[in-house]
Amino acid sequence: MTQMEWNRRSLLQAGGAGLMIAGLPGLAAAQTPKRGGKLRIGLGGGQTTNTLDQTSPTFASPNERTVNYTLFNTLVEIDPDGKAIPELAESWTIDPGAKRWVFNLRRGVQFHNGKKMTADDVVFSLRRHSAPGSRSGAQGMLRDLESITKIDSHKVEILHKTGSLDVHFLMSDYHLSIVPDAQTESNGVGTGPYVLQSWEPGVRFRGTRNPNYWKADRAFADEVEIIVVNDDLARLSALQSGEVDVINRLDPRTVRLVEAAPTLKASIAHGYGYYTVNMRTQVEPFNNPDLRLAFKHLVNRQELLDRILRGYGSLGNDHPVSSKLPFFASSLPQREPDLDKARFHFRKSGHSGAIPLHTSPAVFSSAIDMAVLLQAQAAPIGMEITVQREPPDGYWGNIWMKKPFHMSYWTGRITTDIMLSTGYSGTAAWNETQWVNPHFDEVLAQARTEFDETRRAGLYAEAQSMIRDDGGVMIPLFNSFIDAARKAVGGNLIAPNMELAGGRIAERAWLG
Amino acid sequence: MTLPGMIARRSMEAVATLAIIAALLFGGVELIPGDPARTILGQNVTEEAVANLRIALRLDQPVYQRFFDWAAGAAHGDLGKSLLSGRPVGPDFAWRAKNTLFLAGYAALLSLPLAIALGLIAALYRDRLMDRTISLFSLATISFPEFFVGYVLLSVLAMDLGWFPVLSTVDPDMGFWERLHRCFLPAVTLSCLVGAYVLRITRATITSVLERPYIEMAELKGVSRLSLVFRHALINAIGPIANVVALALAYMIVGIVVTEVVFTYPGLGQWMVDSVAKHDMNVILACGLSFGATYVVLNLLADVAAVVANPRMRHPR
Repeated sequence: MTQMEWNRRSLLQAGGAGLMIAGLPGLAAAQTPKRGGKLRIGLGGGQTTNTLDQTSPTFASPNERTVNYTLFNTLVEIDPDGKAIPELAESWTIDPGAKRWVFNLRRGVQFHNGKKMTADDVVFSLRRHSAPGSRSGAQGMLRDLESITKIDSHKVEILHKTGSLDVHFLMSDYHLSIVPDAQTESNGVGTGPYVLQSWEPGVRFRGTRNPNYWKADRAFADEVEIIVVNDDLARLSALQSGEVDVINRLDPRTVRLVEAAPTLKASIAHGYGYYTVNMRTQVEPFNNPDLRLAFKHLVNRQELLDRILRGYGSLGNDHPVSSKLPFFASSLPQREPDLDKARFHFRKSGHSGAIPLHTSPAVFSSAIDMAVLLQAQAAPIGMEITVQREPPDGYWGNIWMKKPFHMSYWTGRITTDIMLSTGYSGTAAWNETQWVNPHFDEVLAQARTEFDETRRAGLYAEAQSMIRDDGGVMIPLFNSFIDAARKAVGGNLIAPNMELAGGRIAERAWLG
Repeated sequence: MTLPGMIARRSMEAVATLAIIAALLFGGVELIPGDPARTILGQNVTEEAVANLRIALRLDQPVYQRFFDWAAGAAHGDLGKSLLSGRPVGPDFAWRAKNTLFLAGYAALLSLPLAIALGLIAALYRDRLMDRTISLFSLATISFPEFFVGYVLLSVLAMDLGWFPVLSTVDPDMGFWERLHRCFLPAVTLSCLVGAYVLRITRATITSVLERPYIEMAELKGVSRLSLVFRHALINAIGPIANVVALALAYMIVGIVVTEVVFTYPGLGQWMVDSVAKHDMNVILACGLSFGATYVVLNLLADVAAVVANPRMRHPR
């Protein structure tokens, strides 16, 4: 087996996903990168409405993110293990209480237009998302920051309102790319590995290698081309016929086909994203904790994994922390279907009558299928679920966080704290189930500034178990990113935060 | 009515039609359920961002206000900017419209002469083996959905034989011959669907003309078969054929989203669909109106052709 053939079979041989990620850095080092050539990426998930502007409200598609990391850098990079490592910030210091952070910027970094990168650029790039009139998707993420200020030409101070040990993770977000100071036109000028040659939204991107790129051991291809191919079959065909070198979003049904092809390989990365069934805890009928527990106990997650994701994903344990995140509570037992317990809690809840489950293809493509499976799984204990199919238009405005029983999905967050604070603390704007538990909020706040790693892990484990046993979410599945490439493509394509090496494929892969 | 007179009147009607289409497009997008700003931003957004986007989309202003402002700009040739990306609509529209017209023209050149010729042959040899073979073939092509024809062509001609590329992603700086090569498969896909339709109408029209008494008369006079079809039958069938050709051309311009997706072709269709999903009004109007104009202009041309071919229509009783 060559190093990079990470497919389902080798994954099983390695004895599970944990070993896969852990084994990678050593293996990748053994393979020598080769320079030159043109890396062609066939990308699903691009629209003609895409932009290069990080402050645009819709800036989130795989096309935008991948192009973004090809042209730009952020202060901090997420490595293939999900850890935060220095990028444009060389190092950082955290004051006790974790309110004051100082980022020391790398010296001698140049923008594509020749300008030297300094603290002014960083301050401008970060502040513009919360400026008045901003429509940026990063606005919510940054609202806990008190201030972003320049200390000297290569030092930036960031104050967090309440203190957090995860501020550096925030700085890796694709919205927070560093652009030249006062740059209002989105022309692709960044400090990243490739220089913009042409960009036609939803069609094609071309870049040539940045001759002054400050990372010596990255960005091996001379040119990068990203072609948007939204049709699953056309994308796979383009890979098979050699018109592109890498594709994302391989249809799970075709993974075996790719594995069987002598020149192709599939790479599967367990991610942070998950599907959830929300039970609003402040309204009938799920204000009854026993009814929530009855539902959580009856679900056969393995069946959902096999039938909805064809096995390419991992089981959820009714809390939103992925097993790939550092503070995942591995001590909590995996919830298995237990109809006796489900029946017990259902009887105790005293509930009777049908409960409509609102869902829509807007949540994910097979959301309706999942609802139908859940309906069937609930039938044996006498819990009657009716599937209420909603139109995609208006789902997030009229149904989500409004109906007592509905489905949702999260792309996940890069740290346990950010995940729990954005979706589960009592005051969170996206607390989808209105679940409020003062003790949970205390534990979360305490963990956010707990410098001792072991104690912090203990606090997060407690937080996860509270959501699991009392919260309003039934989280059955975490999904995986499935990419495919020609075997000639070297480098690590796996990252837990996003497909295509976390969007950084252009600088991490090479053509062998 | 004289021919120029007819063209003048129809052109005025066309302008009115387009104005109505623009109003309908505006109304239609208004009718899409849900707050556009919220739909665009999806799930995890702040109220502030929603409010700012509503202002950027000008949703805070009444719909008629937005409509008249747009119309005033459009009357001066300014199609405005995409409400989301901020790119001017004009250049993107020009590039994509050119691609769409190129593909439609290519497919028309491939399919229409062949379809009309086969339709004539089928009519001439009605109910014989030749006619049956042609009918079977054309019915089959009409019945297959575009994506099926597209995938079969991809699988055989691009994957197995490797004669054509899978991706038809054309470029502004691509040479003419390379463009022809890249676009061959989508052009054939469109040709199959539309050509078969034109073929069947041609056959039906010619067949009915061939049953008329004056054809019998010509036959009795001893007119040759070739002259019978071209001088006597075809000229009288031009009206209906021109109409179906106009519809076929219009379909190839406005109805090819599926083909665009299967072959990754950057035409107007995908742009329009993406823009509807994001409520990007300026782009929707540019695409929608050009589609409407396509129908209006092609119908006019078909009528002109019918009048030119049939002198009686120039002198109404």
